[in-house]
Amino acid sequence: MASAEIAVDRAALFEFLTRMGDNTLILGHRVSEWCGHAPVLEEDIALANTALDLIGQTQLWLGLAGEVEGKGRNADALAFLRDAAAFRNCLLVERPNGDFGQTLMRQFLFDAWHHVMLTALTKSADPRVAEIAAKAVKEAAYHLERSSDLVIRLGDGTDESHARMQRALDDMWSYVGELFISDDADRAVAAAGIAPDPASLKPEWEAIVSEVLREATLKAPTSAYVHKGGRRGVHTEHLGYILADMQFLQRAYPGATW
Amino acid sequence: MYAQLVKSEGMKSAAELSPEERAFQERIDRGEKIEPKEWMPEGYRKTLIRQVGQHAHSEIVGQLPEGNWITRAPTLERKAILLAKVQDEAGHGLYLYCAAETLGVSRDQLLAKLHDGSMKYSSIFNYPTLNWADIGAVGWLVDGAAIMNQVQLQKTSYGPYSRAMIRICKEESFHQRQGYDIMMKMAQGTAEQKAMAQDALDRFWYPALMMFGPSDKDSVHSAQSMAWKIKINTNDELRQKFVDQTVPQAEYLGLKIPDPNLKWNEEKKGYDFSEPDWSEFFEVIAGNGPCNKERLGARVKAWEDGAWFRDGLLAHAEKAEARRAAARVAAE
Repeated sequence: MASAEIAVDRAALFEFLTRMGDNTLILGHRVSEWCGHAPVLEEDIALANTALDLIGQTQLWLGLAGEVEGKGRNADALAFLRDAAAFRNCLLVERPNGDFGQTLMRQFLFDAWHHVMLTALTKSADPRVAEIAAKAVKEAAYHLERSSDLVIRLGDGTDESHARMQRALDDMWSYVGELFISDDADRAVAAAGIAPDPASLKPEWEAIVSEVLREATLKAPTSAYVHKGGRRGVHTEHLGYILADMQFLQRAYPGATW
Repeated sequence: MYAQLVKSEGMKSAAELSPEERAFQERIDRGEKIEPKEWMPEGYRKTLIRQVGQHAHSEIVGQLPEGNWITRAPTLERKAILLAKVQDEAGHGLYLYCAAETLGVSRDQLLAKLHDGSMKYSSIFNYPTLNWADIGAVGWLVDGAAIMNQVQLQKTSYGPYSRAMIRICKEESFHQRQGYDIMMKMAQGTAEQKAMAQDALDRFWYPALMMFGPSDKDSVHSAQSMAWKIKINTNDELRQKFVDQTVPQAEYLGLKIPDPNLKWNEEKKGYDFSEPDWSEFFEVIAGNGPCNKERLGARVKAWEDGAWFRDGLLAHAEKAEARRAAARVAAE
């Protein structure tokens, strides 16, 4: 057991780890829905690759969450045998894919946060967290590079691609703020030096996003309204359907080995 | 795999060959590779475009039946393996479209022919994946049949196609092992899992045999393709090899091949087996398979829905180029 765990409430650490792992699991699921349906073959490959990275990170985060919890649940048990209210992903990642612009904008807004978060986590006081972050941050850097590039090109492309990207930004914007709101669990892991306080990530995230949007000739919405709830288990209607799909085999054939 | 019923030009006798054609045939007979910029008979080029194009289309349509289970894969590891596999298939499509481009046809031209139905993809992908064991059966049988065909195509006479095959074969054999691993877990699992495994084998056995195409002993197309080494073995030879390899694997799994006539023939040192129902095969090729409409429909929809995306990227590239040109002028 790492020393960090002694200093932090086990429940808060579990909460933090499931938030990380559920974000990657649900976004990986959404991205994987594109498989074979992308607008161009290179995007089919890139999307499968992104989903694969995210599912790989899920295995690490939820694997560690299961260890920390100490109740014998592994990553699969957490992914496939919890119901929606126990999921801790942000609402942004469960937004439906929509058109490719919506998928891309969701990815970009998430990647910018993810990269800033993982960079901070590489300095975590918990070496297990730092180790996962060190692996994941390289993947997230690539995801961010790719999604930024496409947002810029499509924002500054045709009138139609610009309009679609602006609409996607308008639609997704109010789901981002949740990532920067701190609660007791966040404050506990931050106090133990395991993870940054979510609110502290906002300036850097804003710097990345505003620069990309400027180049993309897109305008950030001025509305400050923030949808929230995902990080404490109150989700949109979409998550139930994601889980019905994802958990079908484990639920229909309990105890089977696959 | 995945080239069936590829039309070739009628075969000429040695006396009918022009001096150029004769020299070309001699190069092939010596085992030389033909490279993109070199002279080749128009029939050779056309046959290869059909074959490589059909193969490429099969790889990208082949994403769909497997993609059907990605969101429902039963564990995170199975999900990751399946994602990696489908990503590989798309990558194979990419190499093959590139190989076809060296013959003077663009990817967009080939896709237009896929979308309007004038080019085909392998019949196998018009069958549905109905339970999780189907993902195992696709890897074991479909990739297994594909490898049988592609291993020989590594020796094909056209350089870019041959090199693409070498790379693709490595990944395909990995996929086949992963598919068999799923089948093992299912066959050794609960009664319900075993039933899924048997059901998958029952449904995929004959469609897998059809992948090699109908018997080609009377086909002039095959004779020309074989003379050009675009095709190395006959369909029947490959099908026999596939059956001989697969039967013991099914026995090891404790599954039954759905063929009452399957029997070891000591004399030929191979299995006797029933032919698939070729009328079903021709129906599937004609568009009447269980999933033809969904598969082609999904590809056409992806292409049409993605038009704004491709146009946007193109427009940006043009704008960026214009800005660079303007900057150069300003600097002068």
